[in-house]
Amino acid sequence: MRQIAIYGKGGIGKSTTTQNLVAALAEAGRKCMIIGCDPKADSTRLILNRKAQNTVMDMAREKGTVEDLELEEVLLHGFKGIKCAESGGPEPGVGCAGRGVITAINFLEENGAYGDDTEFVFYDVLGDVVCGGFAMPIREGKAKEIYIVTSGEMMAMYAANNISRGVLKYAQSGGVRLGGLICNSRETDKEYELISELASKLGTQMIHFVPRDNEVQRAELRRKTVIEYAPDHPQADEYRTLAKKIADNKNFVIPTPITMDELERLLMDFGIMESEEAVA
Amino acid sequence: MSTIKIKDHCDLFLEPEYQAQFERKKEFENPWPADKVKEVSEWTKTEEYKELNFARQNIKINPAKACQPLGAVFCASGFDGSMPFVQGAQGCVAYFRSHLSRHFKEPFAAISTSMTEDAAVFGGLNNMLEGLENTYALYKPKMIAVSTTCMAEVIGDDLNSYIKTAREKGVIPQELPVPFAHTPSFVGSHIVGYDNMLKGILKTLSEGKKGESNGKINIIPGFDTYTGNYHEIKRLMAMMGVEFTLLADVSETFDSPNTGEYKLYPGGTPIPEAMDAVNAIGTIALQKYSTVKTMDYIQKEWGQKTLTLSPIGIRNTDAFFEELSKLTGKPVPAAIEAERGRAVDAMVDSHPYVHGKRFALVGDPDILLGMMSLIMEMGGEPVHIICTNGDKHFEAEANELLASSPFGVNGKVYTGKDMWHMRSLLFTEPVDILIGNSYAKFLTRDTGTPLIRIGFPLFDRHHLHRYPVIGYQGALNLVTLIVNNVLDEMDRKTMDTTSFDVIR
Repeated sequence: MRQIAIYGKGGIGKSTTTQNLVAALAEAGRKCMIIGCDPKADSTRLILNRKAQNTVMDMAREKGTVEDLELEEVLLHGFKGIKCAESGGPEPGVGCAGRGVITAINFLEENGAYGDDTEFVFYDVLGDVVCGGFAMPIREGKAKEIYIVTSGEMMAMYAANNISRGVLKYAQSGGVRLGGLICNSRETDKEYELISELASKLGTQMIHFVPRDNEVQRAELRRKTVIEYAPDHPQADEYRTLAKKIADNKNFVIPTPITMDELERLLMDFGIMESEEAVA
Repeated sequence: MSTIKIKDHCDLFLEPEYQAQFERKKEFENPWPADKVKEVSEWTKTEEYKELNFARQNIKINPAKACQPLGAVFCASGFDGSMPFVQGAQGCVAYFRSHLSRHFKEPFAAISTSMTEDAAVFGGLNNMLEGLENTYALYKPKMIAVSTTCMAEVIGDDLNSYIKTAREKGVIPQELPVPFAHTPSFVGSHIVGYDNMLKGILKTLSEGKKGESNGKINIIPGFDTYTGNYHEIKRLMAMMGVEFTLLADVSETFDSPNTGEYKLYPGGTPIPEAMDAVNAIGTIALQKYSTVKTMDYIQKEWGQKTLTLSPIGIRNTDAFFEELSKLTGKPVPAAIEAERGRAVDAMVDSHPYVHGKRFALVGDPDILLGMMSLIMEMGGEPVHIICTNGDKHFEAEANELLASSPFGVNGKVYTGKDMWHMRSLLFTEPVDILIGNSYAKFLTRDTGTPLIRIGFPLFDRHHLHRYPVIGYQGALNLVTLIVNNVLDEMDRKTMDTTSFDVIR
């Protein structure tokens, strides 16, 4: 069983990318599971074709304690038998979402949610590695591979670099490795080259460049992945390619994060950001 | 030489100056008038109040349980040269230490990493590194067993990676065993913490040790605070001629002889023996609910035959010896059969006083099941059974046990409820005897139900933990406790009547 964590800046398209690539894996006959680690609980919507399932923390809140929860109440099956679970968490501004992730993953593990035949478990993790709770999926014995979803926008790249720093911390004492950057294109200038360069600076690869296509949006509105909604569309093939590359990936590294200055220089080198002298 | 006369607080606070002080304090306390207090107090005894009490959602009042790390440090102290080490706030560890000391009347050592606000913000890695370094340098342990308090758990400290980092930085030697368990206080109870820690210890110690069978059996006492039980199991195994390893032998830690010399590590399961436990022919747990994960691990990872047999009461002890005999191929010796005969004889002698008596019980799941079984063997009726830390599996097992005997028909099992619920039950449906820990004495004060102190913690009576409650000898001890309590109560009630008899 391979356990894989997907990180990336908020709003970059982690959940969409994850669900599409998992749908592609499932379509190819692989047994997959998605665990959403985000209080928003939107990591499984396209697989289940409906809005936010009962999350572990919702059910725990209802029952008063996570100990009274039954696995069947929070583990659902969607497109091509993909297993889906959402950690859920508190309302914005209260409580501790990180602890929610820890509680949910512990619950799923202890109750045998992963099963014996699951080949791929994907953790779709909120935004940044903001606290210990959001590093839960990459603790030892869990996800050993990480992919970071990014784009050519500066803040997305900044986040990717930051996440690499978090990964580095865990990689030094454990077995977790970075498998690559997934570029979810925003059609910014020289995006392909820029992310390839960032990837090489981080010591990794850009595993796939997913072009921007409105078909994704159209499928999402129908609560479906492109794989399910428009299997013959070229965009579906992009996700199939991404899925295959991840399934075949052998390139796992301890990342080498760069400084903010280096990141800015990179953007300048590509002529995306003007240097201070040029501005003056 | 003359003894110094010092008034203890029982007398001291009755002195006029203190009484006057208490009166003056009322001016600031601004209490409700005495008649109002009386009125409400009477109302809490009613059926109406009981229903409100059982509908209560958001507060626990005197829950009969402690928290996970208490169970973890208790377990960790049962290995020779092992230092319990808690990643978290200092106050928590002070509580575990005082709680255990008050029960056993013994000193208890445990380390806290003293996490404060900066650790909550930046993570507890530095606390862990400094803590491990100091512990190793100052106390020279053979093993450091790490558990956590709420604080480390909420911020998500990753013990595994911290301990690895500590080894890489050379803070502790590579070969020092440092097992760990995540033990958030806000989940489960002390019995779950015991289970998590024991599993962590056995996992660490057994790594790479699988080899030839050593022909022994492992015995896991569980969260058992009766040191007498540990001595008893050793005695019984010797009589059976069975070679065994006790996994987490806390008997020396909490019952070490007074030699005039303080030992930081008074004893416990030797680490090499614990390492070899993976090569035993089977493992018997003497408690079920404090060993669930450990036994599952032993069965799956060690591939051993696992049995859970809690020998409290005659029937349970019979089952224990029967299964032990099957597992080891050794017959039960006549001397043990004679012990059984004596215990049964005692029960026959005493049963007229216990038969038909109604019991209320509060405590941990395993001790409750054992006590219910023994009480029904004597013809007593378990009526109210409250298990704050009991789960649905316990509830089902307890109900099954009640259904197995005609004396169980009036029994009702409540999990997740507390001693304030029990208080209501004792008023609305009175019983003859209450069984519980020292905190249950407040129920005795309020309801007048006599208390037999069994369980943990026992702060207000001495040495009860030194007498076994397991095996036939344990059954005899329990019968003695129960029947003499009934007889004390009978004397108290008949003091001014012709029934105040010298023969009972």
